[in-house]
Amino acid sequence: MGLKDWIEAPAAAVVPAKRSKLNWLRGAAARLTTPLLPDDYLHLANPLWSARELRGQIVEVRAETADSATIVIKPGWGFDFDYEPGQYIGIGLHIDGRWHWRSYSLTSPPNWDDKLISIAVKAMPEGFLSSHLVNGVPSGTIVRLATPTGNFALPDPPPQRILFLTAGSGITPVMAMLRTMNRRGQLPDVFHVHSAPTDADVMFADELTQLHEEHDDFRCKIQLTRSQGKFALSSLDEVCPDWRERQTWACGPLPMLDEIETLWRDENIEDKLHLERFAVSRADTSGEGGTVTFAKADKTVAIDGATTLLEAGEKVGALMPFGCRMGICQTCVVPILAGHAIDLRSGKQHAEGDRVQTCISAAAGDCTLDA
Amino acid sequence: MAITDIKEFAHLTEADIESLGRELDAIRLDVEDSRGVRDARYIRRAIRAQRLLELGGRLALFGSRYRPAWLAGTAMLSLSKIIENMELGHNVMHGQWDWMNDPEIHSMSWEWDQTGPSEHWKRAHNYSHHTFTNIVGMDSDVGFGILRMTRDEEWRPINLLQPFANIVLAATFEWGIALHDLTFAAELEGAEKGQLNSQANKDFARKIFRQVGKDFFLFPLLAGPAWKSTLSANTAANLARNLWAYVVIFCGHFPDGAEKFTVAEYENETRHEWYLRQMLGSANFDSGKIMGFMSGNLSYQIEHHLFPDLPSNRYPEIAVKVRALCEKYDLPYTTGSLAKQYLLALRTIHKLALPDRFLRATADDAPETSSERKFREARDAGAAMVETLRTDPVTGQRRGLLSALRARAEAKIPRRRR
Repeated sequence: MGLKDWIEAPAAAVVPAKRSKLNWLRGAAARLTTPLLPDDYLHLANPLWSARELRGQIVEVRAETADSATIVIKPGWGFDFDYEPGQYIGIGLHIDGRWHWRSYSLTSPPNWDDKLISIAVKAMPEGFLSSHLVNGVPSGTIVRLATPTGNFALPDPPPQRILFLTAGSGITPVMAMLRTMNRRGQLPDVFHVHSAPTDADVMFADELTQLHEEHDDFRCKIQLTRSQGKFALSSLDEVCPDWRERQTWACGPLPMLDEIETLWRDENIEDKLHLERFAVSRADTSGEGGTVTFAKADKTVAIDGATTLLEAGEKVGALMPFGCRMGICQTCVVPILAGHAIDLRSGKQHAEGDRVQTCISAAAGDCTLDA
Repeated sequence: MAITDIKEFAHLTEADIESLGRELDAIRLDVEDSRGVRDARYIRRAIRAQRLLELGGRLALFGSRYRPAWLAGTAMLSLSKIIENMELGHNVMHGQWDWMNDPEIHSMSWEWDQTGPSEHWKRAHNYSHHTFTNIVGMDSDVGFGILRMTRDEEWRPINLLQPFANIVLAATFEWGIALHDLTFAAELEGAEKGQLNSQANKDFARKIFRQVGKDFFLFPLLAGPAWKSTLSANTAANLARNLWAYVVIFCGHFPDGAEKFTVAEYENETRHEWYLRQMLGSANFDSGKIMGFMSGNLSYQIEHHLFPDLPSNRYPEIAVKVRALCEKYDLPYTTGSLAKQYLLALRTIHKLALPDRFLRATADDAPETSSERKFREARDAGAAMVETLRTDPVTGQRRGLLSALRARAEAKIPRRRR
């Protein structure tokens, strides 16, 4: 171990996007603040002065439509602005004493000079976090952030000809792509079909119009589904005859994406298609269990609703931490990477991002554990 | 002999224990359902207060050559360390705040300001001590392997040193805990005895290095000319924390009335009997808001042992309900002033330093351990006596453990000779 590594050691787990020079200082100061990091003291003064975890502060909530809004966030230390347009971030909100996690597409182009990012959120009737973001979250609120990620991204430079197929809030990642290309002055030939129920539901309508006015190559067809019905893929030949040659990015409801995927496969051009599925996964509370994947052990097993996750792991030989086996000692706690689990004692549900006691939790549908 | 049959000892029927268990489950669900903003604010404030105290203490100690600064700095640093260990470290690592889903206040990631690594401690304490609470031979927190705290353990000549060992343990409590936890970690790892490069040893060494380096080397060094007074202040703060933690732990587990159990009892235990074991095995001490906070709410040790993972700020309200349940089921609820509870523990330590032939009571009937057999003696004394223990002669109501204990004390049943 070199001297530099040794000094940095206490801060090695901090999550700056790149190995920052600051970690050297942080590690050195941590010899005095151990077992804490200097960040833990600094964020008493300003909640954004900590890179132990990515954080951000909401600086503006701007209504887009009646039930959607753009949330502008100022990220704290350690955030990497060098993301790709089309990627999403995880955002954690503190509601009723508890942090709730969701992922939303970034709508801001990367490397913004004012060091702000934005997401656009549509309030879902059953999504209490999205409703909270659109209708209730005040400016100044501190949020937790996860590093931008996702494969639904625009390459740099962008392809010469592009087709965007979006519906509803599926427009959000595409907005980031459009804004990025526009900002870089490299907006190529883009044909964009966007569907929304009515005129009033079209997010970013003014911006789309403006883009069209400024760029001859940007054409946007708005399909108002309540009056005009669903956009028929068969009409692509008519409105965009060269669609088969275009790189296509599609984002919207699952049935729409399935239909698109089938067509592209039939046409044998699936390599030109990029999909983003915004499926909200739900816990299966039928009590029938599900398939549990142990990510680190690379093991999978199907279990019923009465088998605990700990038993499931032990059954297939995943190395599971265990203790009292009755839910008191917290030795067996493991994070959920995807899916849902249910607390067998109280019936409470746990979702992705939560950490569960495996000895008293069962699968509620398929789930993946970090074990 | 410690308790081998908790049902018989508690004078409860199977149905009684069942319904007591259900009532305790209901208390738990109630608290779980109502955890929210208020609780989150509580722990955040506690964390902020502790960190500010720590900062203030360290800053004041730069002027520690002046007596008032030394006093203020040492006081703040002591308070900070106590809060960090008791209300924050202990409780966070029990998972009391895991429901907040905040990685910075989570049992998986918290490291505390003590020589023992939190990973080691969680294994020994959360798992071993809280699962096998007060089972002689399984819970090595009974006496921490150093002190003889029950006559179920055979007397050895070294026990004569117990009064002295007790003082050493109190002054170096964090080290006692750390070494105690290290054996668990090494065992879990499967490390051989004397294997110096085991992971457990490495983790321990790294932690010691950082802890000792901070308090006894780096801060005095930074203080320059005030190095001596800074060193003495840091030593004093660590000592104060050790003594306080020791007193709190001893008052929670070793006053008279905090019962011990045998492996036999554990082997046939139901989940609801587990509750009963926690209730009878722990002891509280009276505390107001401040004392409760400074002890990490372990003044509510009974409640903590029943619900180790419920937020500590809820223990006072849980205590009201648990006390009511004890009354309803006629069970003892062991509590008293801090001084009384500590003196009782101290009495046991000093008494048990002596060989059994100098002690009067038997292991079934001693202040520090009792078993269901002590009621059997009543049976020996005649059927009429059993009747008085089981049924109140005046009201005709069935008696539980508490009344039986009282009746027995009043009846002054002759102790069986050994």
